[in-house]
Amino acid sequence: MIELQNVRKTFLSRPALKDVSLTLETGKMYGLIGENGSGKSTTLKLIAGLNHPTAGTITVNGKEVDRRIATEVAYLSELDEYYPFYTVQDMIDFYASQFTDFNTKKAADIRSFMNLEPKSKIKHLSKGNRGRLKMVLTLAREVPVLLLDEPFSGLDPMVRDSIVKGMLSFIDLDNQLVLITTHEIKEVESVLDEIIALKEGDIIGHHNVDDLRFETGMSIIDWMTEQYN
Amino acid sequence: MTESFASTRPIYLQLADRINRQIVRGDLKLGDKLPSVREMAIESNVNPNTVQRTYRELEAMGVAESRRGQGTFVREDVHMFTELKENLKREEIEEFVRVMHELGLQDQEIQTSLAAFLNRTKEENDD
Repeated sequence: MIELQNVRKTFLSRPALKDVSLTLETGKMYGLIGENGSGKSTTLKLIAGLNHPTAGTITVNGKEVDRRIATEVAYLSELDEYYPFYTVQDMIDFYASQFTDFNTKKAADIRSFMNLEPKSKIKHLSKGNRGRLKMVLTLAREVPVLLLDEPFSGLDPMVRDSIVKGMLSFIDLDNQLVLITTHEIKEVESVLDEIIALKEGDIIGHHNVDDLRFETGMSIIDWMTEQYN
Repeated sequence: MTESFASTRPIYLQLADRINRQIVRGDLKLGDKLPSVREMAIESNVNPNTVQRTYRELEAMGVAESRRGQGTFVREDVHMFTELKENLKREEIEEFVRVMHELGLQDQEIQTSLAAFLNRTKEENDD
């Protein structure tokens, strides 16, 4: 479970998050949506312990978040920051050496599901395959919280589809919660339980996806168009 | 790619609807086991919690039953099957008639047009 209480984050004088309170439960997949600069990535980095809130508290399973929260949280960065001379297998071995919760058997299963060759050099991988590799490395960790920052960004529809299928196949919702930031709402709408919409550092909506449809007859995209215009 | 969902109705209901149609068409037989929650989630690209909600809905409708430790099955109930088929048929007819009325057609005209259309398709098939 993740809890944010009155969290504020300012960069110099610019507020990135204003006064965010939020509770996220194990067993659900959450989508964090909003325009560029709305505070999505900031929220993820704060939960991952990569940044400190200016005010307020963040806890993951009751523990206050700092750098050491990495043992509870797997974070997929929107950046590609891997050694280009490593092979796919080198990268998997490296992760296994860094995280005691890394399940090597699961990593091999996901890698093969994603059709990645263990011997391929990272510098020779397509953007799509780098996206798949990031997913392998993140999903193979047996941690209660998975944070995925723009896992679909810049990838073509076939790759997105395989990543979504990989998530559905390998996420353990009995023990994990997943928080995804994305612009590609259409791709993930049907796999999300709830969405949290951010606008200029404030939460402007938090809904169960199917309840929203039931109550308003609107998909997330329809609803967002209404909220942001 | 997986078939997508219409944006105006809850996904769990649309998924239930798909399964109902598979039963009526005979793609799923009475007594058949439905895919596990995870299999169905992957197959239809939806959240496992949504599939669970769909299965609960099908149970509430009397279409499916869950057997402890074994999974969810289509109920072996011919009466349920007949009723399901009748319901789907009525829904489709209601929708068809609604659209026809919207186009300004009267009942009499709908009937003759439908009869003529069915006759023509029949002749084409006979050729």
